[in-house]
Formats: sequence, C-alpha cells, structure tokens
Amino acid sequence: MKKILAVLFVMVAFVFSGCGTGKNDAQKNEVYVYTWGDYINPATLEMFEKETGIHVVLDTFDTNESMYPRVSEGAVHYDVICPSDYMIQKMIDNDLLQPLDFNKLPEAKKNIGEHFFKQSKSFDPENKYSVPYAWGVVGIMYNTKKVTDPVDSWNILWNEKYKDRILMQDSPRDAFMIPLKIMGRSLNETDKAQLDLAKEMLVKQKPLVQAYVIDEVKDKMISGEADLGVIYSGEALLLTLANPDLQFAIPKEGTNFWIDSWVITKDSENLDNAHKFINFMCRPDIAVMNFEELGYPTPNTAVRDLLTNEDYKNSPVAFPDPSTYENQETYKYLGNEMDSYYNRLWMQVKVD
Amino acid sequence: MFRSIKMRNLFLAPFCVWAGIFIFVPLVCIIYYGLTDMSGNFTFDNLAIISHREYYSSLQLSIILALVTTIVCLLLAYPLCLILVDKAKSVGTIIILLFVLPLWMNTLLSTMAWQTIFERDGILNQVLRLLSLPDMTLINTPTAVVIGMIYNYLPYMVLPLYVALSKIDKSIFEAARDLGANSWQTFSKVTLPLSLPGAISGITMVFIPSLTTFAISALLGGSKLLLIGNVIEQEFTVEYDWHLGSALSIILMIFIIINMVITLVFDKSTKEDEN
Repeated sequence: MKKILAVLFVMVAFVFSGCGTGKNDAQKNEVYVYTWGDYINPATLEMFEKETGIHVVLDTFDTNESMYPRVSEGAVHYDVICPSDYMIQKMIDNDLLQPLDFNKLPEAKKNIGEHFFKQSKSFDPENKYSVPYAWGVVGIMYNTKKVTDPVDSWNILWNEKYKDRILMQDSPRDAFMIPLKIMGRSLNETDKAQLDLAKEMLVKQKPLVQAYVIDEVKDKMISGEADLGVIYSGEALLLTLANPDLQFAIPKEGTNFWIDSWVITKDSENLDNAHKFINFMCRPDIAVMNFEELGYPTPNTAVRDLLTNEDYKNSPVAFPDPSTYENQETYKYLGNEMDSYYNRLWMQVKVD
Repeated sequence: MFRSIKMRNLFLAPFCVWAGIFIFVPLVCIIYYGLTDMSGNFTFDNLAIISHREYYSSLQLSIILALVTTIVCLLLAYPLCLILVDKAKSVGTIIILLFVLPLWMNTLLSTMAWQTIFERDGILNQVLRLLSLPDMTLINTPTAVVIGMIYNYLPYMVLPLYVALSKIDKSIFEAARDLGANSWQTFSKVTLPLSLPGAISGITMVFIPSLTTFAISALLGGSKLLLIGNVIEQEFTVEYDWHLGSALSIILMIFIIINMVITLVFDKSTKEDEN
C-alpha cells in the first residue's frame, strides 16, 4: 500500500513539477544547502560561486520539524544543513549525518569560539558532526516605560499586574522551559511528575497571557501592544534598535542556550564542496556580512572587530558578557515518547 | 445536451482527472494514514485519540463556535434577503454585491485587519476611549473568533438565500393573499418552505469552513483557543505525526458528513412537501 501511495505521489509530483528536474548528472559542480529562511546573505553565496566555481542550490525551511522528514526520507539529497541543537542530536541518533573532516575546515578551527564547541557537546558529545553558525538565548523583552518592577526573573511573567500584557512563545519546549527553570529543574526534564507541576504553573499563568506567539512577538512589542514578551535574543537586537523603550533581560534562573550548526548529511554526494562551503561560511569577512544581514549573535570570534556599525558592535545583546551564557543549558532531543508528552501537556494548557 | 456518449465522456474527462488527482488520491492517503501506525500496520488507535480530553474539548469548542457562527449568519442574512427581494432588481443586486465585497479580499488580510480593530490599543478601544466608555477586551477571546468567522462567511449565507428567495414567483404570494392568508401565514407557509433549499446550502457553506478553520482562530484567538483545525495543523507541521493528523481529519469529516446528511434529509422532506 505504502508503495502504491509513493508511486502515486511521485507521479503527481512529476506531473506538476514540469518534469524538469530529472536531468541531475553527478558531474555537476554543485552543493545542496538546506537552511532556515533568510539565514544567509545572498551576496556571500555569489562570492562563493565566483571564488570556487561551485554552484549553490539553496533550499529553506522554517522549522526543524519540517526539515527533518525531508532529509530522513531522502526526498532531496542535501549536502549541508543548518539545524538546531536538539535536532542535530536526533539526526546523529538516527544515523543521518557524517563526521566532518576538520582538516578541511581551517577557518572553523581558527574563528569559531572555543566556548561554542564546548556548549555543543550537549548534543554532539565529541564535536565530530557540527560547526556552530548562530546562537542565542531566550529571554524577556520588556517595555521600560510600562514595566516598573525589575526584570531579572521569570517570575515576573506570573505577576497579576501585567495581566493581558504578557506574550509567551507558542512552542511546547520554550513554554515548559520557563516554569521548569523557576522550579530549579533542567529544561531537559523527563520526570513526568515535574512536568505535570510545570503544566499547572502554565495553566495558572494562562489568564494573564495576552497571546501565545511566534513571530508576532516582534510587531506586538514594537507597537506597544504588549509590555513583556518571551523572545529569542536574535530578534531582541533588532527590536531594541527599532524601539528604544525596549530592553532585553536574561532571567537569573537560567534559560535555553541554543545553537544552530552546519552539518553534513550521511548521503552527501558532494563531500568536498560541502566542506568548502562550511569553511567559507566561517571566514571572518563572510561571517560579518551574514551577521549584518541576520542580526543573530555569531559564534565567530573575529566578527566583532570587523564591524563598522557601532550600534551592533556595542550591543550587549549581540555580544554579551561571557558570564551571561556560562552554565546555561541547551535543549536535548528527549526521544519521541517524551516529545509527544510535552506536546500533550501543552495542548492541555491550551484547552484548560 | 451532448449528442453522443463519446462526446459527453470527452468533456467529462478533465473533471475526472481533476477529481482523481485532487479529491480521490488525497482521500485515500488520509484514510490510509489515519488507519495505520508508524510501521504501516492497520489500527484504530489513532481514531481513539479523540477520547482524550485535550482532543475532544477542541472538537467540542469548534462545533460550538461553528454552530454559533452559522446561526448568527442565518439570522443576519434572512431578514436582509427578505428586504432585498422586495427592492427593485438593480438595487438588490448592488446591495448584494456590497455584501459579497469581503470575498474580494484575502481572508488572511481581512482577518489581520480585525486583529488591529480588536487589539488592546486597537481601533475599537480608541473609539471607546474617545467616547469615555470603558475598554473592551475582545482580542484572543472566542467572541473575536466568532466575529471573524461571521465576517468572512456571511456572503456564503447571503448569496444562496438571495437566489432562492428571488426565484419565488411573486404571483404565489398574491395567490396566498387572495386565499385569505395574513402576512405571517404567507411567510410561514409559503416563503419559508420555498426558501429552505437556499438556507440549507447556506448553512452547509458556512458551517463547514467554520468547523475546519485554523487561520482565523490562530490570528484572532492568539493561539489561546485550540480548535480542531489548529490541532490537525499542529499534528502535521509541528509534531509530524501524519497518522494522528489524518485520523483527526477523518473524525472531522464524519461530522461534516453528518451535517450534510441532516441537510439532505431536510431538503428531501421539503421537496416531498411540494409534491
């Protein structure tokens, strides 16, 4: 049955793709890159093509979860992918990645901060599979004109005073991370009793929450519709520049330190090109161009000195004091069963 | 209409291909995924998930909101259409056109516009403040979602109703009057039964999209309300559990089929009455 369906799918896909992708000969000098939308400055890709003669075929995804099945089912043979921490671990566990040859990645060895490799060990224990490309933490963005209390703890998101002015992230892991941290637990908690307690806290918080959001947090914070919002530090840099009343704080209980890293797939057909591409992305001049386009903090230690924009250069959000990200945890892949448990609890929060 | 069967089949072919690829194949896929587990074995477990509270509450909420939307649409559209059929044809058509205008704009865009109206510092509250009235918190409530659905789906109720009402021969009313019916009797014995087919297709066309919506509830509900459409979307895009998502779609289809059966039964009984 599955085969018949697959054949039907392929037929349908073939009919509607204009039958044009069939002539893919292995001789072509190409590299297939699969990454987040708006994650690479297009100018750097042109430079890469000019310098190496390797044609970059770029595809984008908007969640790790939508990327995974496309790679695992082998729909397209990507060479280089840029997933997040826990997803890299899942891909390693499921034998979808291959170890990198660091001799071919001199720029990565030279420029990527030691600390980021150390932090990567939580999902790539031997630093064999991944090269960090972007990183960040989750924190609270707040409007200094409206929020009078000091913002240094996640507890402020349970303060009745700010009813209907709080934005939470609409994703199970990010939502549960907060009560877990208040309880002093790990954000990779797998004890169901503790998770149930965390759920109770989220249910209690729900009447105070204006909305559970993902991207909308940016607009709502800039326009002043909400006064407190849980946000990724990468967005925070651009927001603080757009609205000077906004400030970013990393709560003292700890938070999620996320890393997106370059990896190479197990079935990569352009291994050499893939290494060249990753190495190129680690070059300081390229990293600067990407940083300026993206605004996400970069693990590339050479970037800060090359920046000309003073706002960026002096931003504590983009280049925080190293102490802010010491002892922070990174998400781990908790297995399918635990994933669905988180999802189920999150749904219960929503229907309660 | 077409003289030879060959000719008829030729004209039927494009539709058959279309229906095959875009209706039949997806249906088979949904049923296949809904009734199998990860390893491809036949199972009813996916369907049983609806017995869990978080799933049936979302279905329940969807049904309630869809019913409210449908009833309000019917109550708004019926009197409007009754008035319009009495107007000169040209006037009626223009007013109907105005009611259908929202359809010219993308649903997502118009729903986003509602968002800016309902927001905490939105247009509605600014007007209320200007009149020294207290603020209303509508955004991210069931009311906001229902208003958004009514706005988007009202034209689907108005159009079939207007067509059904305007098709009724005026002389029938005159005959009813002639035979001594007062205006209430004319309405309940003549107008209402004759307009029922229009009302029924309007109800179906409003109820089904209201039941399955996920965009309107996401935008105006702030993801604080979980409708069955949102759950299905999440199963496919976040959890990547196609089996569960398909099973929930099957359950949703069952409710749609129930709705269609009820309306068909109604439709049939009115036709029999006419005979």
